[in-house]
Amino acid sequence: MSRLPITKTPKVYVGGAFIRSESARVFPIRDAAGHFFANIPQCTRKDLRNAVEAAAKAGPGWAKRTAYNRGQILYRLGEMLEARAVEMTSAITLGAPSPARVRAAAREVAATVDRLIYYAGWADKYEQVLGNVNPVAAPYFNFTVTEPMGVVGVIAPDAAPLLGLVSLLAPAIVSGNTVVALASETHPYAAILLGEMLATSDLPGGVVNLLTGFRREIVPTFATHTHLRAISGVAKADERKALKLGAAESVKRTHLLKAEAKTDWFASRAQSLEAIRDTLEFKTTWHPIGA
Amino acid sequence: MASLNTLPKFSARRPGRPAPELIFGDLWTYDPAPETADPKLKARYELFINGRFIAPKSGKYFNSINPANEQKLAEIALAGPAEVEAAYRAAQRAFDTTWGRMPGAERAKYLFRIARLLQDRAREFAVAETMDGGKPIKESRDFDVPMAAAHFFYHAGWADKLDYVAPGRRVAPLGVMGQVIPWNFPLLMCAWKLAPALAMGNCVVLKPAETTSITALKLAEIIQDADLPPGVVNIVTGAGETGAAVMGHRIPAKVAFTGSTEVGKIIMRSLAGTDKKMTMELGGKAANIIFDDAPLDQAVEGIINGIFFNQGHVCCAGSRLLVHEPVAGRVVAKLKQRMKVLRVGDPLDKNTDIGAINSKEQLTRITALVKSGVKEGAGLFQPACTLPAKGWYFPPTIFTGVSMSHRIAREEIFGPVLSILTFRTPEEAVEKANNTAYGLSAGVWTDKGSRILKMSTELKAGVVWANTYNKFDPTSPFGGYKESGFGREGGRQGLLDYCRLV
Repeated sequence: MSRLPITKTPKVYVGGAFIRSESARVFPIRDAAGHFFANIPQCTRKDLRNAVEAAAKAGPGWAKRTAYNRGQILYRLGEMLEARAVEMTSAITLGAPSPARVRAAAREVAATVDRLIYYAGWADKYEQVLGNVNPVAAPYFNFTVTEPMGVVGVIAPDAAPLLGLVSLLAPAIVSGNTVVALASETHPYAAILLGEMLATSDLPGGVVNLLTGFRREIVPTFATHTHLRAISGVAKADERKALKLGAAESVKRTHLLKAEAKTDWFASRAQSLEAIRDTLEFKTTWHPIGA
Repeated sequence: MASLNTLPKFSARRPGRPAPELIFGDLWTYDPAPETADPKLKARYELFINGRFIAPKSGKYFNSINPANEQKLAEIALAGPAEVEAAYRAAQRAFDTTWGRMPGAERAKYLFRIARLLQDRAREFAVAETMDGGKPIKESRDFDVPMAAAHFFYHAGWADKLDYVAPGRRVAPLGVMGQVIPWNFPLLMCAWKLAPALAMGNCVVLKPAETTSITALKLAEIIQDADLPPGVVNIVTGAGETGAAVMGHRIPAKVAFTGSTEVGKIIMRSLAGTDKKMTMELGGKAANIIFDDAPLDQAVEGIINGIFFNQGHVCCAGSRLLVHEPVAGRVVAKLKQRMKVLRVGDPLDKNTDIGAINSKEQLTRITALVKSGVKEGAGLFQPACTLPAKGWYFPPTIFTGVSMSHRIAREEIFGPVLSILTFRTPEEAVEKANNTAYGLSAGVWTDKGSRILKMSTELKAGVVWANTYNKFDPTSPFGGYKESGFGREGGRQGLLDYCRLV
């Protein structure tokens, strides 16, 4: 008699731990053949608030890491993903038999690894490009540096559920921000597996928090939560309006891509220094020059 | 003013006692020293649209009042929706046909011209600025006008060097900008908004604050003299309704606003359903932090400059003083002594330190918040000083024994009112400084370099002044964290907010 395999219970990665939704709700996802695959946590706004708390707690320590160290940790995450590329590919395809579908998923995983390596390399360089000394017309030493904004909300696209998610969160964390991300609603499983890789990548718990669930339940709280200092994400027109309306209440920064615009996440311009800059503040310090 | 019997005894200096100092009080009065240059005001100012001064279709005008004596200075045209529409059409046309296509090197020359023409007429502009807004002539003469010219000069040179703004990327102008500016630095805010926008190749519709439109319209005269192509800069005047029309118009690709956080949020909400870019330079409640090893006399000068500069009508004013407990008594005593020799009065007098409050509404707001400070139990100190009979004035004011929950420690007063709190450890100072929704600026006074760098890193503010306060420069980016807004003005970083990457 053949052995019955052990299936994995999907849990979301929040505050460095694997948890179920506080609501105890789940929603089923199906594999490529249409059979039941697993129950995914249907996170709530309370889960989001808990995740923001975890991210806020992790923030100061992560921001104080040296740029070199943050770069190595992102690189390590790339190593973890490369080593488990086959597993991640099947997490995206969920058993699709079509070779084309498998090749596309493998390509997405490879591009995601490359994206992590790209941002890992920026960790100790973006400051040298974005900041500078200012030649003020008075005897002062004046310099502008960047600082992370704090807790950043990420709303992942359904297209390229892994590459899109990582393309949004990597430029935020490389500078010392911490992230609360909502995974693709239609393809959440890659984010579940990504959480397991994050846990083994030396990334401190709470730096990246991944939630799964329904956009209509969670996006409104992304909009209004005042401790989220910025939102990077992909959203439909009505969601963009709701996010910006909520953002006005606490003068939150929003960087929203249009869901209908079909962003090409594989393109070279889907990774940029500007994406890092989007979740940075510029700080200028003055000091008199004298004895 | 102080009478002689309140002075410290002139005995030998003893440890722990403040050094004896001479306080002349009102033994002698200053002779008046009025600035007499001609501000060359017109009786009536029209709207500046498409390179020409035009009357509003409605025929409506409002008065610009000198806050120092409540006299009418001039009539200002009230722009309605038709004029805002005309201004935006002119700006779009200029962007499509002249300015947006002009080589950067040529745009630069126009901006250099504006800077030079403004320098030529600096004293005239300074007097006009002081009469219209109430700020002391020494500030408008030595700060506002020269700094405005410097902003045009600095940004002029960027116009043909934009390839260096965003390394690795090409930049392009956004198109037409809508800009609304406040009344505290009327001309300087024009320069802050116009210079980077124009250098990048954008065209502008700008609305000054209704109480201070004159220098913006005088700048329009210079823009005409500089032969700037029609429609590149359009200036429409009016109050909130005009501002809403400028911010809510369909044409601008971006709006830039400087003003209160309250109005900033209204604008953000009203544009939530659009793809327009925004920058917001909003309110502040800056902490000015004095450690026990600070050079106290310099710190006291910095505190005075931090809160009383421009009557405290400064978004980055050091309106919360955080003093290290061991020196709190000495700092407050020195501060009170220093306040006694501040001269409050006629803004046009070259000896005046604190001029007139910009408007009656603002005076009412300051008075109400000061009343709340007294009611909530803080200790009020105002030096004895005679305020002019006519005009809107408020004496320099400090509150001791303020706690974080007091309204005067949380709300932006935008007046010459300082709230003093104390702290024991650097951690407590950071905690209190950051415990606000604002994050525009902060000050740190200490002799210890490593502490300055640590504090600067931990303070959530866009500008940190260490052992100085309220310093500005066109090369130095200015702007806030949190609810003090987003985007920067000045420096290379400021230009990034007026371009798109291609």
